[in-house]
Amino acid sequence: MNRMSAIIEREMRKFFRSPTLMIMSLMMPILQLIILGNAFGGKIVGTHVAVVDHDHGPEAVKVREAFDAIAVNIKTFTTVEYQNDVQASEDVRTGKIDAAVIIPAQYSRRVYAQDAPKLGFVVDNSDLFMSSSLEAEMQSLVDAMNAPQTQSRLATSIALEVVELYPYVNYLKFLLPLTVALAMYISVMIGGGMLYIDDKARGVHEGYLVTPITKFELVFGMNIAGSVKAVLAGISLTVIGSLMAGLGVIFHPEAMAELFCLIVAGSIAFNGMMFLLMVRVNDPLVPRAMFGVLNTLLLYPSGGMYPIAAFPRWLRAISVIDPFTYCVHGFKAVLLKDGGFVAIQYDLLFLFAFGIGALLIATPLFKRTL
Amino acid sequence: MSAAATKSPKVTEGTSAAIHSNGKSGAPIAIAVENIVKRYGTFEAVKGVNFEVDEGEIFGLLGPNGAGKSTLIRMMTTLIPVTSGRAIVGGHDVSKDSDDVRRMIGVIPQALTSDPDLTVGENLSIYAKLYSVPRAQREKNIAEVLEAVDLTKWRDAQTKTLSGGMRRRLEIARGLVHNPRIFFLDEPTTGLDPVSRIAVWEMLNNLKKTRNLTMLLTTHYMEEADRLCDRIAIVDHGNLVALGTPVELKQSVPGSNVVEVQFNREDPEWKARLEALPDVTEVQSQSAGVYRVLTSNGSRTTTQLVEMAASLGEQLTALSVQNTSLDDVFVHYTGRQLRDEQVKSVFMMPPRPGAQP
Repeated sequence: MNRMSAIIEREMRKFFRSPTLMIMSLMMPILQLIILGNAFGGKIVGTHVAVVDHDHGPEAVKVREAFDAIAVNIKTFTTVEYQNDVQASEDVRTGKIDAAVIIPAQYSRRVYAQDAPKLGFVVDNSDLFMSSSLEAEMQSLVDAMNAPQTQSRLATSIALEVVELYPYVNYLKFLLPLTVALAMYISVMIGGGMLYIDDKARGVHEGYLVTPITKFELVFGMNIAGSVKAVLAGISLTVIGSLMAGLGVIFHPEAMAELFCLIVAGSIAFNGMMFLLMVRVNDPLVPRAMFGVLNTLLLYPSGGMYPIAAFPRWLRAISVIDPFTYCVHGFKAVLLKDGGFVAIQYDLLFLFAFGIGALLIATPLFKRTL
Repeated sequence: MSAAATKSPKVTEGTSAAIHSNGKSGAPIAIAVENIVKRYGTFEAVKGVNFEVDEGEIFGLLGPNGAGKSTLIRMMTTLIPVTSGRAIVGGHDVSKDSDDVRRMIGVIPQALTSDPDLTVGENLSIYAKLYSVPRAQREKNIAEVLEAVDLTKWRDAQTKTLSGGMRRRLEIARGLVHNPRIFFLDEPTTGLDPVSRIAVWEMLNNLKKTRNLTMLLTTHYMEEADRLCDRIAIVDHGNLVALGTPVELKQSVPGSNVVEVQFNREDPEWKARLEALPDVTEVQSQSAGVYRVLTSNGSRTTTQLVEMAASLGEQLTALSVQNTSLDDVFVHYTGRQLRDEQVKSVFMMPPRPGAQP
């Protein structure tokens, strides 16, 4: 135990002597939270939509008034007058404007005659998010114009009563569980992956191997130290991120205890996985090269950014064995839903089992000699 | 030195098993290497080497790059497994009782592996813990080894602020912090300036006297081996090619003196003329028309050489007479051919920018 604690002591002293590691392992997740949280959470505003009016009738005027109302209220788009629908389509294609509405000749007459009146809408669908937002806006406008002038005294259509269980979750809050998991992963990647291989290449491990330290003490000493670093990163990001996102859950002792359990379990899982991947690696370039690949492979299938239910089957298979999935699910359950211990018990079980299992596989693979 | 050293230091390839007990007669054996072999696939890095090191002796392993010195030392320090044969260190088999061996040895690797981010004291404390030195003993040991390597006042300095020589001394202190009986040093002065190198030599000599340490070191520096080692083994191509005291090794080379001569005019005939002189055993042609003449009688060869030059109407521009050095011994046993190292392909981390070598 004394020898194991010597390894932990060395790692922790190094960790606190070079704060760069700590700062860098927190910096990227915080930046991601700020940039992505604000970039993805907003609504489309300030786009330009061309209006080509071939009708000039009273109903066409109604449409243009509705456009003006949008321009001054929710500001999704402002209109630009065009005389030629061919030119308007061309300008949408070349990106000068974002969409074009074409009011065909005889539009007003067709409205009055109830003769299937249509409005043309030319949209750049190479940008799915933008085009679907504009389409949705335009559809709501058309729906409003289709509404009867006089409402029936009795409701005849089915209404959906939506009950939202939780307060409004903006994208910043939605991203926080993934960001905490990412902070722990980066800490493990740098502290448990890169520094581990760098130490090996610099001969530090050679110094350990000539001492009577056992394989078990060496492996567990390094992994406990790696997990402690990840726990520190996880706690820091949970506190900083919750304050940034405006979540008060960190002030509830029970939630804090659940979060702490999740952070410890996640740290052990990430550390075990990293040690298993690095146990036979000698080249310091390998963990650096793997960083991006692992990031993509583990982060995106976790359901932290996009629902797992939307994935193809093979991607779901990755998410089933991905420790990120369980970290994100657990953090969501506590940070956003206040789900209690019941909501995270299977996540904890998987993460502990995954971490310990990985270490049990890695320990025999660890060479006690050079 | 060892009176019972091998009569002829030359060890013929494949017959190294025939080396009998060496070193001080009657002295207990600290290290015994018996027919030890290390094979990487089909490549045999060490080919059945035998030698013994007496307790309290400083034993040097010399050899060109890739000769198998580091492989030998790594097998003896339990860092790599032995393919066949036996290495007994402090009475324990390195393959069977690795932990017992590790407890009684101190190892200074070739690279500087002390942690640059930790202080001198912290580095020593962590290694003392790795060797399970009891808390009460730990402080005493650290103070003693720091005193021995003259780093007491640097105890709280971060290792990265130390010079190369100081870091090497810290490595030595680290290897001693658990009071080992046997000390392995892999090229302990490589990369040090001459002053630091001499300081390390003096330190090692003092440690040997004060702690009765047995030391086994590898080195490229002949002067280091000459000044430090009681006995030297020369390793080449994985074989032990010579073993003896520095004096014995020098005597084993044909020609006990070396005459270096330079003529005012270069002539391809000079080499043959010099070889024809009585007592001359070997002539080596060097750059700038300098000839290195190995002879069993330095003064007589010098006279004959001067007379020969006068009779030919030539003049000498430089002349010196020296005793045979270990360099001559080394070249004699290993040849003058440059070696390409065949080592396992292992990526080595370049030193951090600004870090001391």
